[in-house]
Amino acid sequence: MQVPAPFEYERATSVDHAISLMERLGSTSRLIAGGHSLLPMMKLRLASFDYLIDINDLHDELGYIEAGPGEMRIGALTRHRELLESATLTAAFPIFADAERVIADPVVRNRGTLGGSLCQADPSEDLSAVCTALDASCVIRGPGGAERLVSMEEFHVGPYETAVGDGEILVEIRLPVRPGCGSAYEKVERRAGDWAVVSAGAAVWLDGGVISDARVGLAAVGPNTTGIPEISAALRGQEPSESLFEQAGAIAARSCDPATDQRGSADYKRHLADELTRRTLRRAVERARS
Amino acid sequence: MQVTMTVNDVEVTREIEGRLLLVHFLRDVLGLTGTHSGCDTSNCGTCVVWLDGEPVKSCTVLAAMAGGHQVRTVEGLAKGAELDPVQQGFIQCHGLQCGFCTPGMMMTARALLDRNPDPTEAEIREAISGQICRCTGYATIVRSVRWAAVHEANAAAAVTETTESREAGEIDNAGQPAGSVV
Repeated sequence: MQVPAPFEYERATSVDHAISLMERLGSTSRLIAGGHSLLPMMKLRLASFDYLIDINDLHDELGYIEAGPGEMRIGALTRHRELLESATLTAAFPIFADAERVIADPVVRNRGTLGGSLCQADPSEDLSAVCTALDASCVIRGPGGAERLVSMEEFHVGPYETAVGDGEILVEIRLPVRPGCGSAYEKVERRAGDWAVVSAGAAVWLDGGVISDARVGLAAVGPNTTGIPEISAALRGQEPSESLFEQAGAIAARSCDPATDQRGSADYKRHLADELTRRTLRRAVERARS
Repeated sequence: MQVTMTVNDVEVTREIEGRLLLVHFLRDVLGLTGTHSGCDTSNCGTCVVWLDGEPVKSCTVLAAMAGGHQVRTVEGLAKGAELDPVQQGFIQCHGLQCGFCTPGMMMTARALLDRNPDPTEAEIREAISGQICRCTGYATIVRSVRWAAVHEANAAAAVTETTESREAGEIDNAGQPAGSVV
């Protein structure tokens, strides 16, 4: 039987209350949302805290998907299932539904949250790659209600480490909405619901048949989700073509840093980075055109 | 710490440790051993119960997190002595062999049918994809859920027909359709 080491349970009633609890309890406290990453780590003693602060009651405050002018805003406590079932989100960014379908299983998706996934910062985590492809930024709120905005590149500090500091909480993810966008996600996994062997997310923006911008995010091929600026540079201003996708795949394969483990060899993962980059770019372009 | 929640429509209050998992609260504190504890890692799904009507893996939810919320377990599936159609389906279609995965399977199946009364085989398989059965190979589980869907649809149609017939004056006071051969 696996149980976490003892801790004190606190429940936050608002974002500001959660912040004040963290300020009072210090760095031995941790926020818990869906808990499907944190509790397994605590059971295995990979993580240990004196206090857990339950923020599930903040769903009214932090569970939303709002399409605004030029930007989509998603509350950090929005659950996987809500992301998967949102017609607004799928219409603008089908990459989310692609990814959500292959994250864990439907029962786990009832609990897990967008913010929790990003803050877990697992190198294999799917939504970090999605948010990287979409050039998302993260709103972090701290003591006194002060908010700061960080890019996905700044958000991930290292494996399982983020820019969210003590006494701070990730409250919102913002996705820029630009015309001509298409996006797609693809994951290779050993069995349904597993972590990725490798996965890739791609977003392209077309303007008059030419790629005005493109972004690729790869998961499970380095210490953090890997955004590859060189791919963006290679694709901008070009007309989409198979040879262009091939070129992007080759850049992905040589730019990533996979490790050989039980999920596959580094060579195999490089091959997947190449192939999945091509496939997702191809589908993203198809979607941008339709 | 003290926790109060509603389990199968009954409010319960207990003194617990913050680290107590919901599955152990249900089984060891309340004695509701219908919910099973399997893998401890949210993979196998035999511990699935409902939290505010949504299936969740109770090995990965703290009992304290369920405080103030509604929990339903397999013990709360039947209405009195009348089994839920999902339970009947598992009997009719041999949906279990050893029975270990069954409580979680049935809770997920019931939640699926509440949202989607006529699921395809693929939709059923997707719904139970986070739950593991090592005996039947899933075919009979899927058949059991389909049985429940069809049975419920037929029962609903029969109720509608009876109501319409009654409104049309075709049923006598004894509840038999007029002119029916008994």
